[in-house]
Amino acid sequence: MISVHNLHKSFGKLKVLDDVNVTLEAGQVVALIGPNGSGKTTFIRSILGMVKPEQGSILYNGQEILKAWKYRENIGYMPQLAKFPERIQVKELLDMMKDIRKNNKVDNIDEELIELFDLKKIYQKRTGTLSGGTKQKVSAALTFLFNPNVLILDEPTTGLDPVSAEILKNKITKEQSKQKLVLITSHILSDIEEVASHVMYLHEGKMQFVKSIEQLKMETQEVSLNKAIVKIMQQEIK
Amino acid sequence: MSRIIKYVMFDILRNRFVIGYCLFIMLITFGLLGLEEGSSKSTLSLLNIVLLVVPLISVVFATIHFYNSYEFMELLLSQPVRRSTIIYSEYFGVSCSLSFAFAIGMGVPLIFLNQGLVSVYLLLSGIVLTFVFVSIALLGAVNSKDKARGIGTSLLLWFFFTAIYDGLVLLIMFSFSDYPIEKYLLAFISLNPIDLARVAILLQMDTAVLMGYTGAVFSEFFNSWEGLIFASGLLLLWAILPMLLTVRIFKRKDL
Repeated sequence: MISVHNLHKSFGKLKVLDDVNVTLEAGQVVALIGPNGSGKTTFIRSILGMVKPEQGSILYNGQEILKAWKYRENIGYMPQLAKFPERIQVKELLDMMKDIRKNNKVDNIDEELIELFDLKKIYQKRTGTLSGGTKQKVSAALTFLFNPNVLILDEPTTGLDPVSAEILKNKITKEQSKQKLVLITSHILSDIEEVASHVMYLHEGKMQFVKSIEQLKMETQEVSLNKAIVKIMQQEIK
Repeated sequence: MSRIIKYVMFDILRNRFVIGYCLFIMLITFGLLGLEEGSSKSTLSLLNIVLLVVPLISVVFATIHFYNSYEFMELLLSQPVRRSTIIYSEYFGVSCSLSFAFAIGMGVPLIFLNQGLVSVYLLLSGIVLTFVFVSIALLGAVNSKDKARGIGTSLLLWFFFTAIYDGLVLLIMFSFSDYPIEKYLLAFISLNPIDLARVAILLQMDTAVLMGYTGAVFSEFFNSWEGLIFASGLLLLWAILPMLLTVRIFKRKDL
């Protein structure tokens, strides 16, 4: 569904992405992991066209996306930190996004998360007054609102309370069963183990591997993902 | 694009700054027109407002608004929207609201107290200068991620066009006063949007006579149709070119 070829990006002298090649398929939940500063967010933002790579290509269903924009109607993106215009009410924000995405069919709108997070209660509040966790909830609801084929979630569970995190994880699994591609970054390995089908490992801008979780556990002969990952990270250091 | 311009203007209206700006201009215009007897004297004072206050407000407001809309732009970037649409909406949203506020603020008193061709020129140049300086401000803002630096750059550009540039022109006039440099001076003035607007308006008034030989050269030039079209064309270029450059930079930028 999304394939990336020879992707290079540097900020000044710092090489953030160094020859990344990967193909992600529909129906996968890919967990993008790696130490801080390994280029996870840059990779995600290149797919969204927010960061312009120096070299390489990104294809969505076979179409080059680096200069395109229309493909983004198939993507839902939840950033690490939700940022909204401050003076606008939650209801107005949702209406505005619907208005901007008017070309999407109205019957294709998925308000399940709005119900589950009980966001109607805060419809009249201004986004600037919301707490960090509540903003994350609004951001998550917005991400799933247009029923996109690809979901990109950048550390979605940070800042969410356990109940909300659980709701979000259930939602992710539900979307996976609809043959969607979910790309998710997180440092919480237990969360990843619950929802992910594959793990993609980035280290200092280099793609190390994409493997299914079963394969990973088999190769490292560990029962938990946590130990398997730690084992791999230690091997890297050697 | 109109959908997004709508939201930019909606956001600006909530800010109430623009309403304050409109009232401020209206108050000053009423005051000046009421206080001073001769229409030419008050027109000169109004001219100074158009040439100094309008560019300053445009530059500062556009820069600050650009940085404050960063979240909004980031939100839009992950949506199916062209990058050029985002930045053009910002440009038209800001400059339309500002020039609308200006047109009402200065236009209403002028209709009541000072009808005439000069008033029309004043209004038109105020509106064009708003577009010019919003465009210049966005060019400064898009080039630096740091808010303070962006605002500093914009203010410096404003200061350059209102004061430093004139100083340079005076210096040249003074040093080469023995030569016939009027034609070159005309070229110099054409490169500064504020001077262009100033000369175009001054020549519509009786005071142009006081400008001596230079004034004669200018009035010959600016009062002809070609001169007027040339001046308006240059002013429009000043509104368009920095904006085109801004769009080019914004499209390639990492956000």
